[in-house]
Amino acid sequence: MTVAVVVFPGTNCEHDVVQALDAVGVGAELVWHRDEDLGGADGVVLPGGFAHGDYLRTGAIARFSPIMNPVTDLAAAGRPVLGICNGFQVLCEAGLLPGALVANRDLQFICRPVEIEVTSKKSVLTAAAHIGEVLRLPLNSYEGNYVAPVDEIDSLEASHRVVLRYHGENPNGSTHAIAGLASAAGNVAGLMPHPERASEAVLGSTDGLVLLESFAASLVPA
Amino acid sequence: MRYRVSISRKEGLSDPEGSTTGTALRDLGFDEVASVAFGRTIVLDVADGTDPGRVDEMCRRLLANPVIEDFSVEEL
Repeated sequence: MTVAVVVFPGTNCEHDVVQALDAVGVGAELVWHRDEDLGGADGVVLPGGFAHGDYLRTGAIARFSPIMNPVTDLAAAGRPVLGICNGFQVLCEAGLLPGALVANRDLQFICRPVEIEVTSKKSVLTAAAHIGEVLRLPLNSYEGNYVAPVDEIDSLEASHRVVLRYHGENPNGSTHAIAGLASAAGNVAGLMPHPERASEAVLGSTDGLVLLESFAASLVPA
Repeated sequence: MRYRVSISRKEGLSDPEGSTTGTALRDLGFDEVASVAFGRTIVLDVADGTDPGRVDEMCRRLLANPVIEDFSVEEL
């Protein structure tokens, strides 16, 4: 099984993601945003960074890159698609996840570890975690404040699609402290914190492993 | 010909830049300021005769995000 890790101009977490996936036994290949296929990959990660300089809105340009066509097809086929930080923003702009991510409440770029709580197992990101489990992961974003229409938020909550929530404090003003959410089928998931930066003891935390292991376990050969 | 697209934050969504700037204006004595809303302006030079409906479509597909933004189009 392999995972395609998408590189847009301005993506900067792709190598971290490849190394972290390797730590959970998953082979990964980088694919360029201009590519038109995923090389037979069984899943996709859109990593963090500043795709296309975050011009216009975060993810607004990236969603029209050619690679997003096979990513959308893979998502529609029920295969695992994960967006981390900027990748989460791209998934929202692309309509693969609802809502949008806007500037943090206090207009500060937040770059520090935060605590998040697992609130649902109904996703490729959290299936192997336990409800109520608190993870400490680095957050590294300016536009991490999740917003969506009230009825959309109600629907997400009612269907247990809010899979991760900030714990203790809400660092960026995100609606209902949402840190990560999933599609209705659970195969598309996005989160603002960086599990790949908490995947080896030398990094100071291995709390991200349970999320990456969930993702790894969701991969099945095409 | 030239169109100006004005993009604003949807009512009810927080606008930290706007509220911070509003506070600063009131601190300066402009007590009449009730609220400040930030937005974005995009000027498009397009072929003569371009239908404004085309510009509307550009807004819907790329320039504005309907989840968080409203837009208006005017010919300059």
